[in-house]
Amino acid sequence: MNIGVLTLSYTNVAYSDLEELFPMKSILAIYRREMNGYFVSPIAYIVIGFFLVATGLVFSLILSFVMQSAMMAAMQQRMGPPPDIDVPMLVIRQFVGFVGTYVMPLLLPMLTMGVYAEERKRGTMEMLMTSPITELQIVLGKFLASLSFFALMLAPTLIYHFVMGQFSEPAMPWRIMWSGYLGLFLLGAVLIAIGSFISSLTENQIIAGVVTFVIFLMLLFLDLTMRNSSSAVGEVFKYLSILQHHETFAQGVIDTSSIIFYVSMAALGVFLTLRNLDSMRWRRA
Amino acid sequence: MIEVEHLTKSYGQARAVNDISFKVEKGEILGFLGPNGAGKTTTMRILTGYLPATGGTARIAGFDVFEQSMEVRKRIGYLPETPPLYPDMAVGDYLAFVARIKGVAAGDVGKRVEAAMKMTNIADRKDWLIKKLSRGYKQRVGIAQAIVHNPDVVILDEPTVGLDPNQIKEVRKLIKDLAGEHTIILSTHILPEVEMTCDRVVIINRGKIAAIDTTSNLTTQLKGGERVRVVVRGGGNGLPGSLSALEGISRVEREGEASGDLSAFMIESEQGTDLRPEIAARIVKEGFDLLELRAVSLSLEDIFMQLTTEEKAA
Ligand SMILES: Nc1ncnc2c1ncn2[C@@H]1O[C@H](COP(=O)(O)OP(=O)(O)OP(=O)(O)O)[C@@H](O)[C@H]1O
Ligand SMILES: [Mg+2]
Repeated sequence: MNIGVLTLSYTNVAYSDLEELFPMKSILAIYRREMNGYFVSPIAYIVIGFFLVATGLVFSLILSFVMQSAMMAAMQQRMGPPPDIDVPMLVIRQFVGFVGTYVMPLLLPMLTMGVYAEERKRGTMEMLMTSPITELQIVLGKFLASLSFFALMLAPTLIYHFVMGQFSEPAMPWRIMWSGYLGLFLLGAVLIAIGSFISSLTENQIIAGVVTFVIFLMLLFLDLTMRNSSSAVGEVFKYLSILQHHETFAQGVIDTSSIIFYVSMAALGVFLTLRNLDSMRWRRA
Repeated sequence: MIEVEHLTKSYGQARAVNDISFKVEKGEILGFLGPNGAGKTTTMRILTGYLPATGGTARIAGFDVFEQSMEVRKRIGYLPETPPLYPDMAVGDYLAFVARIKGVAAGDVGKRVEAAMKMTNIADRKDWLIKKLSRGYKQRVGIAQAIVHNPDVVILDEPTVGLDPNQIKEVRKLIKDLAGEHTIILSTHILPEVEMTCDRVVIINRGKIAAIDTTSNLTTQLKGGERVRVVVRGGGNGLPGSLSALEGISRVEREGEASGDLSAFMIESEQGTDLRPEIAARIVKEGFDLLELRAVSLSLEDIFMQLTTEEKAA
């Protein structure tokens, strides 16, 4: 009897400790609200629509361009050995490179701009901050929701590759495709973390969106200028360039240092957001 | 249930809340009465853990609002000045979300949401998007989210703002129903609101407590001083002196705004007296043409003036 009571209270303690250490329930609540928020927001549908149209267009342009060059090469070498052009691999690489370098930095600011700014403007932040949940739970719930929404947006573009795979002459290099997409996903995580942090700095989502956009443009500019540099400084910047790393994934190389780079950049963004919410509580003066 | 001691909050140089102390017993309704910028919202934000205090302490259910914020937050429901609503959510979904982040067990969420909607009379709007609701309904949803987790303490920042008279009545009744089981603090500009709903009142002005008492004591005290406004033709020279000589008159003051050859005076008499007949008789006897004589009820502004001047004198 006593032992039973003891065990019972023991498990209660263990449960609440677990809930405190790893408080999934509240994260899940935030996550679900955020996802629902996306699905009723016109901006999110515009972003998805634009993303699918842009990527579809880019994919078909790249495909026809690469096929044309392959054909030309084949014609020029009619007498010699068959040309050494792997069409699907080139298409995947160029597609992943283009989407990661141009499409995502332009569109993702629209997904993250309102994440905190709107919450502050509506006054719902006051409710969240006076609820028995930690800032970490808020930040993680929101980050995971934005990331899932991005994954949902990215997933349909796999279809282009599957269709190409049906007709591909050298067998489809699936490994390169998957690692390229892993790179895009990780890059997305970093861009979302940065965008969310910027959103947490203001009450105005338009300002958040524009600032995020400008910062991504600067990253892009930095990336493009450093791409051809071979100096030591250039190498350092290349390593630091967020947009560079996903291209190594598109080579089919799952490079641990690139994964670490991306994960730590995303973690830094999440951490800065957390610090900002924390300090808002104490600084709000 | 709630103990506030020497609470102070400064924004830069400005003191929004200046050394206030009060207590609220379990089951009590405490009214926070004060004009714009008095520090009501600031005090409530400190109690809910949204803002840190600059000095002093506040405890809710024995937990320090700063040191043990999580424990405090589990026990309070809070309606901020602007109801914290997500316009694109349905009322029921929104309340379920709030219940979850307030820590209501998953199995009880539905039940609690139903109960909160029933209490605030919004059950018929369950599936409406919040953005389609009228201001009054939004306010009620705001109150519903403050009670959805059945908290010990409910803090309501101007809960009747934007409601029509019928809704105001309903909300006041709701607040009275909540008391007993819950401890409630509410803020308002409106004196009758406090009279009708609260057990005790804290009158706060410029961050300081001007008065703190039970509602019944305070209202009799505040209604105490009677005031009469008179208008006479001519300059009215000598009238103040003559009226002041009447027994029970405490003060006679000339009002600047009378026009042309008219003069206006504000006459204050002691509590519980009605000297209108005597005043009229005296004016006529002195040979002035009495054009207007009217009792003036004390406005909230007057009460503040009264309280703050009394404080200075003391
Ligand atoms: N974030 C802030 N920064 C600087 N000053 C502030 C801030 N918030 C409030 N104040 C000042 O603190 C004082 C008290 O404000 P508070 O909002 O607490 O008043 P209130 O009693 O709620 O007034 P109201 O009836 O208008 O809601 C005001 O003078 C206000 O200008
Ligand atoms: Mg206020």
